[in-house]
Amino acid sequence: MIRYFRTRQAALTPLLLLMPAIVTMLFVVALPLVFSLWTSLTPYRLTRPETIEVFIGIRNYVRIFTDDDFWAAFGRTILFLAIALNVEFLLGLGIALLINKITWGQRTLRTIMMFPMMFSPILVGFQFKFIFNDNIGILNNALQSLGITDQAIPWLVDGRLAMFSIIFAEVWMSTSVFAILLLAGLFAMPRDPLEAARVDGCNAWQVFRHITLPFIMPFAFIAMTIRSLDVARAYDIVQVMTDGGPAGRTELIWTMLARVGYENARMGQANAMAYVSTILSVAFTYFFFTKLIAARRYMGGAE
Amino acid sequence: MSRALKRQLRAIGLWVATFVLMVIMCVPGLWVVLSAFRPNREILAKPPIWIPENPTLNNFAKIFGIGDAQVAIPVLSYFWNSMVIAMTSTIIALFIGMAGGYAFARFRFRFKNSIFLGLMLFRAVPGIALSLPVFILWSRMGLIDTQMGLIIVYVSLNVPFTIWLIDGFFRQIPISLSEAAQVDGCTRWQAFWKIEFPLARSGIAAAGVFAFLTSWNEFALASQLTRSTDSKTLPVGLMDFTAQFTIDWAGMCAMAVIIIVPALILTFLVQKHLIAGLTFGGVKG
Repeated sequence: MIRYFRTRQAALTPLLLLMPAIVTMLFVVALPLVFSLWTSLTPYRLTRPETIEVFIGIRNYVRIFTDDDFWAAFGRTILFLAIALNVEFLLGLGIALLINKITWGQRTLRTIMMFPMMFSPILVGFQFKFIFNDNIGILNNALQSLGITDQAIPWLVDGRLAMFSIIFAEVWMSTSVFAILLLAGLFAMPRDPLEAARVDGCNAWQVFRHITLPFIMPFAFIAMTIRSLDVARAYDIVQVMTDGGPAGRTELIWTMLARVGYENARMGQANAMAYVSTILSVAFTYFFFTKLIAARRYMGGAE
Repeated sequence: MSRALKRQLRAIGLWVATFVLMVIMCVPGLWVVLSAFRPNREILAKPPIWIPENPTLNNFAKIFGIGDAQVAIPVLSYFWNSMVIAMTSTIIALFIGMAGGYAFARFRFRFKNSIFLGLMLFRAVPGIALSLPVFILWSRMGLIDTQMGLIIVYVSLNVPFTIWLIDGFFRQIPISLSEAAQVDGCTRWQAFWKIEFPLARSGIAAAGVFAFLTSWNEFALASQLTRSTDSKTLPVGLMDFTAQFTIDWAGMCAMAVIIIVPALILTFLVQKHLIAGLTFGGVKG
């Protein structure tokens, strides 16, 4: 009897402990998401509150899916993420390997690397808007003073260069996450397999490819998971640097839904876009999180 | 080429690469900080002046409305709002996160992995996408432009990641310690506060700093849910400097320094625990 009571209690305790977290998430995220789903099925406009009660089915979704501008922004978002994440990973890996090789000042270097991580995205955006400004920016100013170019390069005014600039800002902000976690992985690596491989005659590339890389992959997945939790941080950067311009050339799905929702007050359509962007982010996180779990199992550390 | 020369060249190569890297990492932020302490004239100078020749605190005086400032931006109220909102939401998120993290670290229960994954996926909803329904709901509940409205949102933003980190820290503490305490007559509750909490304290502090910085730096939600000095935070206030066609660069730089400095100090204090928390929580599972 006592035993029965104990197990019942043991089953209840964790749920009780988790209750505040679950309630918070349901109230602040799940409930709004349900509301958002309903709103995306109405022609709701902020200026006409009664329109929230009109059900129009999936017309908002049909409209955005047949809209070329939406697909352009969507494709641009995917391209932006693909470039930024790959560059961040490769650069982070390079930095981690580099610092791992260095014998002095590792801790200082690691501290310096942490700083971009802690910058507010809005500050990163502002900082690079300041630096890339074609007229007063330090970059053009320095290039001109060094005699590399005598013209003002329109970093944020030309569509392609603007895209490059926001990717640069994004990479600057987020590479550290990868570098720091991969470095932690390198630090945690056992020495024996490395030496055994060298004795067996593996060259540096083989050692890296077959021993180092598999060992640090779980750390890369942690970094990917953390990054995927807030890929939409890029909204802040783009918002302050270009606001989607010039002529919509840097419009991402996030800036587009903000424009449609708040500036044009077309909440119904904006919520439909928000749903697409939410599914994108959630799928992304799900993918890397399951990779992380699989990597943990592989390492034998699960449960 | 002799071996020794080769090795030396490699060392120099490493050194140069590291140096270039650190310059790229540091210079953008440093340039903003330096610009905060110089007059506009120097910011616009060609060729660029790197080290301020006439260091001044005028930019700060101006944004605080001291002296002959025409455009006073209510930085003090923004700072106050940011502090109150970030602090309160961090403390609440820490309590919720401690309870949740402890549950994940110490208990086996049904749907454990699914609940964890579910929490993470809720965190993944983009802030700007979430802001649309929250904006509509909050305006019906009268929570727009209140500190409370933002605090509630930030708590939910921070809970999943706080749980992740704290879960990791509790896992590192051997369960036998608290069991021993319970054999000696402590209740589980006492064992938690006397054994596990003190051992995990620095990790919990690191999780707190992470949560604080997330709230301190957040823009997408804050920019839509705040309107006036009642609740506007520093990142939203930064946009006050961009008028239609002109930007007050010097003022913006000064404000940027005000946002950066607390963040950097906090990061510096807990960086070691933060890295440990991210990796142990993640890899050891």
